[in-house]
Amino acid sequence: MTVLTVNERTLEIDAAPDTPLLWVLRDHLGMTGTKFGCGKGLCGACTVHVNGAPMRSCALPLEALAGKSVTTIEGLSRDRSHPVQRAWIAIDVPQCGYCQSGQIMSAAALLRENRAPTDADIDAAMAGNLCRCGTYARIRAAIHRAADLQRAGPA
Amino acid sequence: MSAQRLNRRDFLQTSALLGGGLVLALGLPGCAKPPAPAAADATLNAWLRIGADDSITVICDRSEMGQGVYTALPMLLAEELEVPLQAIRVVAAPVGEEYVSPGNGGQVTGTSNSIQESWEKLRLAGAQARTMLITAAARQWEVEIAECRAENGAVVNARGQRMTYGQLATAAARLPVPKDVPLKPASAFRIVGRTLPRLDTPAKVDGSAEFGIDVKLPGMLFAALAQSPVLGGRVREVDTSAAERLPGVRRILTTDGGVIVVADHYWQALKAREALKISWLAGANGTLDNAVIAALLTKAATNPGLSARADGDADLVLRSPGARVHRAVYTLPLLAHATMEPMNCTADVRADGCDLYVGTQVQKVAQTTAAAAAGLPPDKVRVFTTLLGGGFGRRLDVDFIPAAVLASKAVGAPVKVIWTREDDTTHDTYRPPALEEVAAAFDSAGKLAAWKLHIVSPSITARMFPPVTGVDDSVIEYAVGYPYDVPNVAVNYTRQEVGVDVGYMRSVSHAINCFVIESFMDELAAAAHRDPLEFRLSLLAKKPRHARVLQAVAKRAGWGSPPAGRFQGLALMSGYDTYIAQIAEISVTGGALEVHRIFCALDCGQMVNPGIVAAQVEGGIVFGLSAALWGDITIERGIVQQSNFNTYRVLRHNEMPDIDIEILASDAAPGGIGEPAVPPVAPAICNAIFTATGTRLRALPISAHKGLRV
Repeated sequence: MTVLTVNERTLEIDAAPDTPLLWVLRDHLGMTGTKFGCGKGLCGACTVHVNGAPMRSCALPLEALAGKSVTTIEGLSRDRSHPVQRAWIAIDVPQCGYCQSGQIMSAAALLRENRAPTDADIDAAMAGNLCRCGTYARIRAAIHRAADLQRAGPA
Repeated sequence: MSAQRLNRRDFLQTSALLGGGLVLALGLPGCAKPPAPAAADATLNAWLRIGADDSITVICDRSEMGQGVYTALPMLLAEELEVPLQAIRVVAAPVGEEYVSPGNGGQVTGTSNSIQESWEKLRLAGAQARTMLITAAARQWEVEIAECRAENGAVVNARGQRMTYGQLATAAARLPVPKDVPLKPASAFRIVGRTLPRLDTPAKVDGSAEFGIDVKLPGMLFAALAQSPVLGGRVREVDTSAAERLPGVRRILTTDGGVIVVADHYWQALKAREALKISWLAGANGTLDNAVIAALLTKAATNPGLSARADGDADLVLRSPGARVHRAVYTLPLLAHATMEPMNCTADVRADGCDLYVGTQVQKVAQTTAAAAAGLPPDKVRVFTTLLGGGFGRRLDVDFIPAAVLASKAVGAPVKVIWTREDDTTHDTYRPPALEEVAAAFDSAGKLAAWKLHIVSPSITARMFPPVTGVDDSVIEYAVGYPYDVPNVAVNYTRQEVGVDVGYMRSVSHAINCFVIESFMDELAAAAHRDPLEFRLSLLAKKPRHARVLQAVAKRAGWGSPPAGRFQGLALMSGYDTYIAQIAEISVTGGALEVHRIFCALDCGQMVNPGIVAAQVEGGIVFGLSAALWGDITIERGIVQQSNFNTYRVLRHNEMPDIDIEILASDAAPGGIGEPAVPPVAPAICNAIFTATGTRLRALPISAHKGLRV
């Protein structure tokens, strides 16, 4: 049994210690918003926050997470009210949408640390999140928009 | 374990169509109420159900893979139905004859024709339903139909009476479907032609959107599939003893497609797959490599090929004494689709039928494939189409379906098979390689007198939709429509298979042939000491839509006067009834290539949603950039050498150039938009590289060229 907190709920997980967090979330907890893209930390589709920091859940074994706090896309807000989600909707970022949970989680982590990221800051923070539909330009615009929304406060 | 199930607002829900079919309701929060009980829904036609609670459900017969059909198709219907777009809930169509694409010859999402084929069909469906609702209201009120009109989801009349669609739907559904219902002129459109928000966006920002990989069924097991490393190889023997002892393993099956490991959880299935000891039979591809493929194509090029187009006699002109002839050979590599969502499929096989949950572009083929694997008649297989985590043509293939069906049948429970990224990259149905010989001749007056293109490539259609007699139309795209005014034009095709399963990939042969045509047009302009833009325009006097996009992009990019240190290259393409031109602005510094900007102008006729059109162009350019810069599947001893995103490189955020798009106003019939932005990217960049360095790149990807770093 490994005890960890997911989206502010403390859970006991009965899974092999080497099970990646990604599959714990998806298969054991039924939380499929976090996506499987590469399994090697190469594409960012599985990005979640662990104790507030963006991490690739496909490369994080359960045993390394005991006592840690995980936030997934499902826990980012209750009602799509996070500034990043609001910006994503305003700019209609997603196409197929498959990578977007990871993009949003990376962007949310960036904006917590850096409230006014430059294009270079965005490049550095987002380079690990692939999108095959090619939404990069809209993601950049949406991150700038989210920074504005964050400064303005809740809608 | 305390597998505490977190609340998920949107779970797989099925609801019966009154017509007896079934649709999969992918909940789209923010734009959808919870599904009404099926019995309360009235079916107005194959694309529309209206609930007693006023819910409006559009049944979408095209798969949503990012291209926006779950928004644009409902917009067409909503325009005539007189309902706000945001009131609509979208569900995927089941398999049905009424959902067959005439242009694709099946229930297929492909060839960028969703808007073209829905443009009248769904507006008519909306208009017919509106007419039926108005008629039902008029009868109820005992007034003339002409006194009633539809407005915002209700029928009203001048006496102030009002009934909602939900109140009228059951009565309306019993009325005959009216014929000859007039459609609004474009000038009266209130929804079509506007950049309205996508209906699927809210579910795609909170993790609730359901892709195939997200399907959950009670008692569902997970499976991993071990496939032959050598393409086309088979299992010789397998030792499952170690794998069987691992936790969670339920069943190990050896099939024609490989060894399937079924387990309680996917990670357990993956671990058990690693523990299999499999001996493979390599088969015919055991010695296949890139040199073999190149040799096959080169040898085949000595054939004359089948004629796909012959204006005048290009061969005669090319052989004539005194002709100034230019020749070149271009080659293109195998490419992988690399959708972000790896291939997967969930099947639930029971004695009396099979339910299939899959992100597919081909519902009917998926059904027959599952039926064959299950040993059931096709009508016992229900196909529930999920959202697709990228399609790009990969999900026109169904090779990932049988394993799920076989496994479910064997274990008597629903099974989800998921391919890993490595499985996906090494067992794609790849974009075919090509070798193209191109030749052209100037006459004594310096006019382009002959053009000949010989395409040597495998035939996708011959594999997927045999038989193909004569020329495969999907190999000669853009080439057969070569737009330049040259009196003698020949396009020939020689089919040469290379032992690899090839598949349709976004823009298919448009991209292959556009690279060759637009690069060689640049070669000819250089040979004639002409400006590449002026040279092309001089040959496009009879092609106003081609000329217009070229002139527009040239103006936008400041053709001929790039910023200091930067160089430009241009390319033109027509396909899918869309006309598109691009200019790449690049620099090459100490051998390092940087793509700074891509300018694009296009004419795609009338648009349903300009915002989605722009997004498709942005995305097409990014797709074209990845292919042009790095796309390269290589093979050694029958084994694909790329496996994940570290070896099959695609464009990242920090490598993104600025993109500048101008969509030209047009009253023409709608063109396709999902694919046409891909092809011009590679030739535009390579033409710019020639301007910058004097080096002509006649092979892709660009990264394979020594002396250039990308």
